[in-house]
Amino acid sequence: MTAHLRNLQGNAACALGAIAAGCRFYAGYPITPSSEIAEWMAAELPRVGGIFVQMEDEIASMAAVIGASLGGMKAMTATSGPGFSLKQENLGYAVMAEVPCVIVDVMRGGPSTGMPTRPSQADVMQARWGTHGDHPSLVLAPHSVAEIYSETIRAFGLAERLRTPVVLLYDETLGHLIETIATEPPPPEALLERKWAEGPRREYRPYAAGEDLVPAMARPGDGHRAHTTGLTHDETGFPTQDPERVARLLDRLLGKLEHHRALIEKVDRVETEDAELLIVAIGIAARAAKAAVGALRRQGVKAGLFRPVTLWPFPEEGFRSAVATAKTVLVPEMNAGQLVLEIERLAPAGVTVHRLGRYDGEPIAPEEIVAAARELVR
Amino acid sequence: MSTSPETIDLRALRRRQPRFSGMDPGHRACQGCGQSLAAHIVTEAAGPDVIVANATGCLEVFSTPWPQTAWRIPWIHSLFENTAALAAGIETALKQQGRPTKVLAFAGDGGTFDIGFQTLSGMIERGHNVLYVCFDNEAYMNTGVQRSSSTPHAAATTTSPAGRVRPGKRHLKKDLLAIIAAHHLPYAATATVAYPGDIKAKVRRAMAIEGPSFLMIHAPCPLGWMHGPELTIKVARAGVETGLTPIIELERGEVVSVLPIREKKPVTEYLRLQGRFRHLLGDDPVAVEERTHLQALADHNIETYGLLAREGDLRDSLSAALVRRGGAIR
Repeated sequence: MTAHLRNLQGNAACALGAIAAGCRFYAGYPITPSSEIAEWMAAELPRVGGIFVQMEDEIASMAAVIGASLGGMKAMTATSGPGFSLKQENLGYAVMAEVPCVIVDVMRGGPSTGMPTRPSQADVMQARWGTHGDHPSLVLAPHSVAEIYSETIRAFGLAERLRTPVVLLYDETLGHLIETIATEPPPPEALLERKWAEGPRREYRPYAAGEDLVPAMARPGDGHRAHTTGLTHDETGFPTQDPERVARLLDRLLGKLEHHRALIEKVDRVETEDAELLIVAIGIAARAAKAAVGALRRQGVKAGLFRPVTLWPFPEEGFRSAVATAKTVLVPEMNAGQLVLEIERLAPAGVTVHRLGRYDGEPIAPEEIVAAARELVR
Repeated sequence: MSTSPETIDLRALRRRQPRFSGMDPGHRACQGCGQSLAAHIVTEAAGPDVIVANATGCLEVFSTPWPQTAWRIPWIHSLFENTAALAAGIETALKQQGRPTKVLAFAGDGGTFDIGFQTLSGMIERGHNVLYVCFDNEAYMNTGVQRSSSTPHAAATTTSPAGRVRPGKRHLKKDLLAIIAAHHLPYAATATVAYPGDIKAKVRRAMAIEGPSFLMIHAPCPLGWMHGPELTIKVARAGVETGLTPIIELERGEVVSVLPIREKKPVTEYLRLQGRFRHLLGDDPVAVEERTHLQALADHNIETYGLLAREGDLRDSLSAALVRRGGAIR
């Protein structure tokens, strides 16, 4: 298969990545700056035998995606901050009922309607804690158009393989950034797929999981009996408030992502081997940080970049090894300080953590990071 | 100033007449925007003693560019889905404090037919003293022309594109008025920017009623419908004269009056003016079938509401348009 070079905006790359991953169901609702994903899906999905449904609102879009996934299809929706807020209850349902699906949040300035056409990274914590209750979150944060394409494919793989909703998080700048990328669909055997229920129907228990902690899903029409609910349940799927069963379910749900950290975690490091100043950034801020690392190195500052491509669960080990030689950590992010909280939690004693925040609707420029870094190493 | 009756300039006289304007010019609407025209007429007729709750959409965006507002009346931007509920809260709080006033809720078709549908239903059911105005331009124009459940059958939008396989949207326009009527509210009506006098009469009517009322105004969008900005009124009027846009009034769910069509036109007279229906104008079987279907829908409207004017009807579509242009009915 030959690579096909195209000029695409991030949102288009997301749509094409989803199709390459085997997504054939999209339910969505117009919201700036994510609407192009819906528009591309509306045009492209029918060509590959897929279905695009424009729903009546944000909540319905998320619910329809969950329904389609339970119905046996790879399904996705996309939105931005206000819509992401509306989807949260359904997102929690997908976590609890273990329904694979992909939700794209193209971040814009908030809170509330905020700045629909301006970038922000202020949904870092909403993506982690937006829905209520103790729950695991799986969030990927690409930083280029090419990576939006590849991470969308990876998002589907993780969602299907681990039976969990996966959030793809990037900002307006990346959504509308146009770059030349190779859209090369991965071979089918390279895709991670859902584990379907097999074996005697009589013995099937919908939420019984083996060592990998992921229960096999009943394929509709196969005859396996499954009870699906957002109520706390045991292996049978039926609701229970028995403390032992409740704890067992939550232990497994929370442990599921921990168990698969090796599969889930993905980090990017730039010159971290001897870095005394470590910059930690995601998305478009990481693009600026990459340029800043080059500039700082030329100025004799031993700078490096650690970029969690998998944002949640946070790649703790990757960060610990990247921060090993550092004396100072700088976290540039387009919000009032969200990612920095996790870095403060994980930074070893003696390492000082600083943030460079901006929430005025403008991306952070490399020069700002260089200037802040030079202040810190002076 | 001349006092001679022969030299009275009617135009100048009309300009000197004190007239309330709820919305000032100088906002950032596109040329030929039907919604801005409708909002201007509605607020002019409603008068100063109102509070407006306005859903997210073009009207909200273009009327309040920093650091200005086009509004001469108290005006609040809500969210997208919550306008009717926010209006209900404002109205209830004022009533509770002994200072009742009419609250207007403004929203587009997306905020009314789709995401705000639930709060609209609740507001009407509870009987709040709110006039809800839906500016119906039949798609999500503010986010880039995506289909809504008000988009007519076969219209092309960015999420219901017309191509070789599908000739635009595959679903019927939701009959929202029928659903509103099922709430048995005191007053509901449709209107169109082609007949400003009719809008004003209906707003005044609604303002005089204590309780919920609903007005849906057909408002062409040159950008989304793909027609020249100078054609807004012509397009809106063609909607009426073909029967595709029935202009009716309901009391407690019953039709009490209609704007009669004097000369019925074929639906192609409406379709051919707009780029969103361009794919329906050819001789290919799909286009012919879709046109036939739309004609059947128009005929159904005409039949259902009895839209054809009787001879000599002074309130018909032609007379109403003449009045708008300053002509007189004799």
